[in-house]
Formats: sequence, C-alpha cells, structure tokens
Amino acid sequence: MTLDVLERPQAGIDEEQVFVTLTVADQLCGVPVLGVRDILGEQTITRIPLAPPEVAGSLNLRGRIVTAIDLRRRLRLPPPPDGTPRMSVVTEQGGELYALLVDQVSEVMSLKAAAFEHNPPTLPAEWSQFSTGVYRLDEQLLVVLDVSRLLALSNAG
Amino acid sequence: MDDLLAEFLTETNENLAELDVALVKLERTPDDHDTLSFIFRLVHTIKGTCGFLGLPRLEHVAHAAENVLGKVRDGSLPAASGTISVVLTALDRVKAIVSGLATTGVEPAGDDTALIAALDAVAAGRAPPPLVASGDARERLPEDAPVQGTREGKPVAPTPTDPVASAPSQPLAEPAVAAQTIRVTVEVLENLMTLVSELVLTRNQLLQLARSRETSDFAVPLQRLSHITSDLQEGVMKTRMQPIGNAWNKLPRIVRDLSHEMGKKIELVMLGADTELDRQVLELIKDPLTHMVRNSADHGLESTADRRVAGKPETGRITLNAFHEGGHIIIEISDDGRGLPVDSIRAKALANGLANEAELAAMTDAQVQRFIFRAGFSTASTVTAVSGRGVGMDVVKTNIEKIGGSIELKSELGRGTTFTIKIPLTLAIISALIVAAAGERFAIPQISVVELVRANRRADGANPVIERINDTPVLRLRDRLLPLVNLNDLLALGATTQETSGAHIVVTQIGAAMLGIIVDRVFDTEEIVVKPVAPILRHITMFSGNTILGDGSVIMILDPNGIARATGIGASGESKAVGAAAADAGRSSDRTAMLLFRAGGSQPLAVPLGLVARLEDIPRETVETSCGAPVTQYRGRLMPLVPMSGSVDTTAPRQPVLVFADGDRTMGLMVDEIVDVIEDRLHIELSAAHPGLLGTAVIGGRATDVIDTGYWLEQARRDWFSGKPKSDRSRLRRVLVVEDSDFFRQLLLPSLGAAGYEVVGAASAAEALRLRDAGVTFDAIVSDICMPDMDGNAFARTVRESGAWAHLPLIALSANAEPRDIETGRDAGFTDYVGKFQREALLASLQQCLSEPVAA
Repeated sequence: MTLDVLERPQAGIDEEQVFVTLTVADQLCGVPVLGVRDILGEQTITRIPLAPPEVAGSLNLRGRIVTAIDLRRRLRLPPPPDGTPRMSVVTEQGGELYALLVDQVSEVMSLKAAAFEHNPPTLPAEWSQFSTGVYRLDEQLLVVLDVSRLLALSNAG
Repeated sequence: MDDLLAEFLTETNENLAELDVALVKLERTPDDHDTLSFIFRLVHTIKGTCGFLGLPRLEHVAHAAENVLGKVRDGSLPAASGTISVVLTALDRVKAIVSGLATTGVEPAGDDTALIAALDAVAAGRAPPPLVASGDARERLPEDAPVQGTREGKPVAPTPTDPVASAPSQPLAEPAVAAQTIRVTVEVLENLMTLVSELVLTRNQLLQLARSRETSDFAVPLQRLSHITSDLQEGVMKTRMQPIGNAWNKLPRIVRDLSHEMGKKIELVMLGADTELDRQVLELIKDPLTHMVRNSADHGLESTADRRVAGKPETGRITLNAFHEGGHIIIEISDDGRGLPVDSIRAKALANGLANEAELAAMTDAQVQRFIFRAGFSTASTVTAVSGRGVGMDVVKTNIEKIGGSIELKSELGRGTTFTIKIPLTLAIISALIVAAAGERFAIPQISVVELVRANRRADGANPVIERINDTPVLRLRDRLLPLVNLNDLLALGATTQETSGAHIVVTQIGAAMLGIIVDRVFDTEEIVVKPVAPILRHITMFSGNTILGDGSVIMILDPNGIARATGIGASGESKAVGAAAADAGRSSDRTAMLLFRAGGSQPLAVPLGLVARLEDIPRETVETSCGAPVTQYRGRLMPLVPMSGSVDTTAPRQPVLVFADGDRTMGLMVDEIVDVIEDRLHIELSAAHPGLLGTAVIGGRATDVIDTGYWLEQARRDWFSGKPKSDRSRLRRVLVVEDSDFFRQLLLPSLGAAGYEVVGAASAAEALRLRDAGVTFDAIVSDICMPDMDGNAFARTVRESGAWAHLPLIALSANAEPRDIETGRDAGFTDYVGKFQREALLASLQQCLSEPVAA
C-alpha cells in the first residue's frame, strides 16, 4: 500500500518527504501528506458508547462516516483545556476513513531525508511505538507519526 | 492474486459458459455463420489473453482449438458432430486448467499432447485419434471451482439439451444479449449507492428550505429534482438486486449427490428463482439455505423403503419457493417427509436440560418443535457426514436474525415440514425509530419495535410505573412482567437519571422474547441508510451499524439481538413464547387505526379512521359558497365544508377533505394534508382545553392531537346529533356504552375516555346483556334508544328487572329529546335522558349520576 511506503522515510540524502505538520500538546508532529485525505476544523462528533477510550466518536464527512481517534488520548496525554477547538486530519486505512483529532494543523512541509533520525532510544514507549523517527528542524523537532499503528486499536479495546 | 489474472479468470469463465451453449447450438445448426464467428472470437480472445499473461498450456490448447474452428468458419471443414466433440473436449481442458489456475494461481501440470494432436488431426481433415470421450471429461470437471468476480455477471442459462432438432436458420440471440450487459465491480455500485443516499439527504434539506418560503422560483425545478432523485435512488437500488436463483444454483448438484449418497430418491423443485433481492442479503442467506436443504434431504425425507411403507410416492420432494410480500422476501423450504418428531424433541429437550417436565407438558407441539432452533440440538440420533453435528438450525436462525429476518416452522408428523424465512428486501435502507438516552441519540430498527409505552420512574399519576426487583427494572404490561433494560446503563452513558422524570419504554421483540428498553425520549421514525461501523468498533455487539440522519449528524444503530444477548435474554428466549403470544393477542385488540393529517401548523392531528367515511381530494374550483360558508357538490348533494384551521390555503389547486357521513348526511373537514394511517393504541394522555380537540395521544411515536369529531360535525350542521355525552373526571369509573351505530360508538368512546372514564362499547343490547351475564361490572351505562332487535327502553327494563346491574345509573341517548320520549325513558328505568351529541350534557349527567346514590 502506498501509505506504508510513504510512512518510512527513505535513506537517500537528497530525497524529500512531504509532511502535514500538526501539534498535539505543544509537540510538533508530521504525517505523510499523501496519506492525508482532508483537514477539518472543529466538527460535531457523535460519541460512541462502549468504544475504546481513544475513540472520540464519529463524524460526517460529506456523507461518509469517519471514526475519530483522539490523538492526545492515544498518546496518553492529558486532555486539552475545556473549549479548545480541535482539528482533524482525515486518513484512509483499509477503505475506512479515520480522523485524528489534534490540537492544531499547521502547514505542509517538504523535509530532506538528511535531517531524519531514528527515534532516540530513550523515547518512552507511548511515543516510540507510534513514531517512525524524528526530523531535526531549525527551531524544533518534528516527530513522524506512524498512522497505521495509531489506528491499530486492538479489538479488545 | 494478480489483478490481471483475476480479471482474466472472470472473463474466461464467462466466455466458457457462453461457449458451451453456443457450441451445442452449432452442432444443431451447423450452417449458422453468426454462431460460428462468435465461437471463434471467444476462443481467439482466450488464446490471445493467455499468451499475453504467459500461460503456455492454456495457450497451446486454445490455439489448436482455434485452428479447428478457423477451418470450420472458412468452410473448409464441416461442423460435424465429431469435430464439435473434439472442440468441446478442448474447452473442457481449458476449464480444468482455468479452475486450477483459480485455486493455485499457477497453471496445473499436465500433458495435452494427445488432445492437441487430435485437434491438429481434425484441422488437417483426418479422423481424430481415439481420445477420452468428451462426456467423461466433462463429468470430471470440478463444478464447484470458485468462479471469481462473476457475481454481477448475468449467468447464462444452460440451453435445454432436448434432442429435438430446430430449424437450421434459427437466429441466435445470445451474442446480442451478451453485448448489452457490462460488468462493473460491486465497489462502483456501493459507491453510487452512497452518493445517491447523500443526494437524497441534500434534496430533503433543500425541500425543507423551500417550504419555509412562501413563494419561490425554485419550487418547480426543485420538484423535478426531487422526482429525479427518487427515480435515481430506485434505479441504483435495482442495480444491487439479484435473482435469488443465484443463491440456489448449487443446490441441484448438492441434492443429487445427497440422493446418491443416501440412496434416497429426491426431487428438488425451485419456484420463484427470479425473485430479486439485495446482493448483500443474497450472500448472507446462501449458506443457511444450503444447510436447510441438506437438512431436509437428510432428516426430513424418509428412506425410499419407509416412504413405500407409508404409502407415499418413492421420490421425496423438497420445494423451494421464493416470493415478495410487503417489502420482504419470503422463502419457503418444505419437504414432504416425516415431519418433526415432537416426542423425541421433548425427550431430547429434557435430556439436555433445556426445559423441565412441567414446562414441556405445558407447551404446544409448535413450541416444542421450536427447540430445534436452540444451540446444540440435533434430533438425528446418528451423526452423518451430511448433518446432525449439532451446529445447525441455531446457526441458521442466528444468521437470519442477523440480517433482520425471522424464521418460522410448521411441521406435521408424516406429512412434512415447512420452514418459512422472512427477510428484508434490502439491508441498505431501513426504517428506524430515533430515541435518546442521556442526551445521545440512537436508532432502533423499526422491525423489532413492537410498541412504545410511557412510564414513570416513580409512582405518580396515571402512567405505569417502573418497578424494581433488587435493582432490576420491570414493568407490568397488560398483566405480564416485561423485563426492562436501561439504555443509559447498558451503554454506560454515565448520566444520572432523575427519579422524577418520565421514561419511554421501547418494547422490542427479540425472537420470541420481549424486552423493554428504557429511553429518555422518543423522536421520529426515519428511513436510514445503514452503514457498517469501522472495523475497530466491530467488537461492540450492541450496534448493528451507524448512519447519517437528515440533519447531517452521525448516529449509532442499536442491535436488539446484541442487547438481548448482553442481557442474557436470547438464551432463554424460546420458553417465553407463550407470554409473547398472549401479549400479542392483547395488543391487537386495543389498537385503533388512526388517520394522521395536518391542518394549520406542522404538528400532526389524528382522528380514528373508523369515523371517516371517505378521503377526498377535490379541485379548488369546486369549493363554492353558500350563506357565507364553504360547500361543495358531493354525490349530487351539497356538502358543508368546515376548515380545520382558521385560514384555509386557497392557493393550492386541490383541497384534501375528510368526509364524515351518517346516513345521508355528510360534511367535509378541510385539512392541509393527509399524512398517513397508523395503527396504534389510542390512549389520550392529555385532555385538551382547546375546543375541537379531544386531547393528545402518542401515535406512531409522536405526540398527536386527536380531534373531537363531534365538535366539527356540529360546526357543519347544528342538527347533526341531538346530543352526545361527556362526563367528568371521575377516577376510572367504568362506563358501558350501548350503541348500534359504529360511527357514534367510535365517537363516544374516545371522548368519554378523554374525560377520564374507562369505556367499553357494546354494539347491541344483547351484547351488553352477555357482558352482564359474564359478570362484568360497570359504574354506569349509557345506551342509545333506537336500536334494532331490543331497543333502549326494553334494554333498560331488562337491566332493572334483575341482575348485577339493576341499580346502576342508566343514561339514555337519543336524537328525539321530546318530553314524551323522556317520560317513556324514565318509565323504562333510565336515570337520565341526554340528546345525542351533546357531549357536555352527557359528561355532566354522568358526573351527576355517579356522585349521587342511584335512584332506581
């Protein structure tokens, strides 16, 4: 699947990867742009009872039902202050649409593979299991999120 | 598997099926050039494609066959039987290779030299060397080889191979038909369906907007858009439909094999194979159907010897019958075998601990027979390869219920068994009831909703109260205990319910069991498009899917079966069949057909349908004026018209009218729109202060104002009745109404009911006296005077004479309220005399009679 290929940056020095950057709890993260279907602003989300806690609910995207995953909860982060508008990054996996609820979606960035590094071994498991590596940007670090792993909620909930 | 290869297999399988038919035809009509070209083209295509895909074996065989066919087409070889046979053998080989290809993805190993040599020999005009007879080769083909991707392809019916030779110049229809079908993937159709659903929702929103404007330029094009959208929706729905025969086409083979295996003679009759149903449903019922036919053949039908002893024809018959009935597909699977042995089922149920002896003794045969739907139940004493492994009918039943269907059985010992499966036409669109709990909305499929009951969480007022047994809520419903679950608790919604707040109970039927689901609010019914939930949520069994409502919000669809399983009801469901049946009987009796309509405002109004003589839609210009009031010429007479709402929309080209008639008197009530007819319990919950309304009842899940017909009749003709009664709020006093006219009785019952009486109607004096003799007690009797057989006065005398009712207040109702009539009535024993249709007077009289000791 194209997504898998794009999620793992290639080793070539000059090759560039394009990412949609987003922030969650002040951390800059990125997901490969080709895996992103839509960026949404604040949405009405219907709660799904009995669903795993990471599942925020479902929303209507032009007639398709999208399951929303709360990235903060997925990364075991505290909930945002009340009333903070959330944005969604919509991706597709196995024919189903999923929305990642994030604090803010910023811009689309083209990043050189030279700036890529693997996860520092000290990164806690909550992060390292969902991250494929880190880009060194001038001002801050960008964590590359592995969307398919983020969406792999076990059925046991 | 490689996409290209899959595509090739699909195409080749279709081509091969067509080839078989065409070749047989060619043999009969060797001169038919069109058929020949058609065959040549198909074989050529197969050869060309497999060369491209690198399938050498297939290519060589096809190539050699093509050579022969080429010669035949050129006319240098006659299309003789020998030639055709060799080509058929070659095609059989192609089929065998293709099916090997389909299972393993590579060409199976094998030697085709002999076959190719034979083909080459024929092509060269020599006699072919001896070869395996083509018939045998065909027999050995695995007929069950998976045929991929041909689901939506139109299966080519095999030409009947009756040996009657047809005229040589018979035109060939197949190629033309084949050219008119195209193959699209299911995905494309599903996608179309989604888009159309979306279009429907958007259309509805537009219509909503347009309605709020008085006049709009958009109205007409919007109407057109609306129609086209509906047509489109229907058309797309149709693309998903497939004949049920597609699910049956393997059955003749299965039955044939079974009949050989077990030494029984079995005939399979299939009726209604062209009945269409949704592709998705078709896939889901395939396996249950196969299983049931196997069961019928194995357990249902006796051995040939037994049949002979029983004096039945040796050949057992299994009949499959499919047909449409009211938005459902009914499939019947019947056999003329031995029938279900009730005694051994009883014994087995006892042995398995499914029921104790006392319970079994109380069950009817039909209830006992339903045990075969329970898990782990098989009556076959020996396990055969065919069936009898104890995974059977319970799985069938579960699968059918999963798609919103039901299964019934009827069996007669020695005569056979019939299973009746009822399944929805499509799973794509269902009617659902929208409810709310803890501020969240949910949809419940309408098919499982039996009724809605309003209840209180704490005892106060007239509504039934939710009682608790050690925190387990139950409700007394018509003298039975209905188990309840709180949706809030079930879904862990976490809201604390206010003790004082009222609750609605959605009574659902799950198999034979009844379960009440407590919700906070009940909204509307909506047609919803069911969408499956995301894979990461599939483990939540409470939901059968989700959907998008007309307002754009996403909503979860509750699965009553899942809820039942979660609450442990499914397991013991069958034994409650008795209770359910009883509740059913009670229900049908107190349901009233209500006509829903709109007049001034969006809220629906209702009137008992029995009171309405006709519904008319009259052209606006036929509404005339007489003495300042609207009238119309109706059946040669003038009929007064009364506008239901203050202002009648005089712009609409047609005027819907509810016509009330009694004898030759008619009147018309002008309304805005006639909405629906709903059968529901007429339970007026709020009395109205508004003249013209009896009160408010919950009808079809919505609060609906029930109109006071009497008021409106009097608006039209002062002389309509000379008095119809009304009584006062006395607590649940029981009143018997004796009245021969259905019309007046229907009018009187709800209006007295609204005034707080419990009312029972009797259509004649004799019927009333039967109630008396049966020991039914009342607090008062209201009787008509003019009745056939025994009139009111005679009835009154009989009542006063003797019996339990001798001292009850008796109120006479009559159109003739002359002093002399009143005198006669009093002499006969009536306590009071009220003119027909004076509702207020009747109510006052009843109140007075009931508050005073009766002066008999």
